[in-house]
Amino acid sequence: MAGVKFGIVVFPGSNCDHDAYHAAKHVLGERAQFLWHKESDLGGVDVIVLPGGFSYGDYLRCGAISRFSPVMREVIRHAERGGHVIGICNGFQILTESGLLPGALLRNASLKFVCRDVHLRVENAQTAFTSQYAQGQVLRIPVAHGEGNFYTDDETLKALEDNGQVVFRYAEADGSVTDAANPNGSRSNIAGIVNEQGNVLGMMPHPERVVEDLLGSADGLGVFASLVENIAGTVPALS
Amino acid sequence: MYKAIITVKLRPSILDPEGKAIEHALQSLEYTQLSGVRVGKEIELTVDAPSREEAEAAVDTACSKLLANPVMEDYTFALEEL
Repeated sequence: MAGVKFGIVVFPGSNCDHDAYHAAKHVLGERAQFLWHKESDLGGVDVIVLPGGFSYGDYLRCGAISRFSPVMREVIRHAERGGHVIGICNGFQILTESGLLPGALLRNASLKFVCRDVHLRVENAQTAFTSQYAQGQVLRIPVAHGEGNFYTDDETLKALEDNGQVVFRYAEADGSVTDAANPNGSRSNIAGIVNEQGNVLGMMPHPERVVEDLLGSADGLGVFASLVENIAGTVPALS
Repeated sequence: MYKAIITVKLRPSILDPEGKAIEHALQSLEYTQLSGVRVGKEIELTVDAPSREEAEAAVDTACSKLLANPVMEDYTFALEEL
């Protein structure tokens, strides 16, 4: 069967899992299934989605406890085999905690939970997650987080920039990157990064919340559609 | 048996906005002699280990694997024999 199979991990406290499922299954018409965090069988999915939410109540640090859920061992294996993983918001926090992505998400510089639409500039439109966008395209996508302040040391930051691993940056509506457009104090306005191999994406904004005009915008659909474009042709069909 | 008191704090190189906010409040209360506020957390646990060395080793690995995130936090701990 052609197409792409999305597996959406459900941790206790995930709350954007159904939005991701809706984007994959109903909007794009691909296959999708939920994966309870106790699972150790990924069911042959092509793409793993670590959704937004407050897994384990954000106890200790955001994502710190989920990272040791049984399913994460398989997620790490999937990523090491070159399988695609996307972590959104809390999912991004889990990816940094698990070491699949560099850096950490600190408390917002304002100390406030920020819940509003932001503008993102597409910094690298050549990844498996962004090929449906144009380089430099400005998207309008909501953020909703208290700990989205991306931090990494100078050396890692330089490597991220030099390798084109910075995928999305907070920007003004005209695409200019300013301090005022940065909702959380992230270094270099970073909103989303990929790993060096390009198969793992973490982003704080929520593309799954803007996947059809009924939701106000379809600016986020490109992330899921890009995956379908890039995987469907290369991955053998699963029964 | 040992009791461990673990302190986890943001690394000195990382801005601590919560500490800054508290510092501003202290200044507005005219505690001008207080500054450099850093906020952390304290974790208390008991360790069932036959020796202090083994207790230290267990707490140290638990800190580096789970209790602190070395990308952004430092930890210290003290052990007390029970």
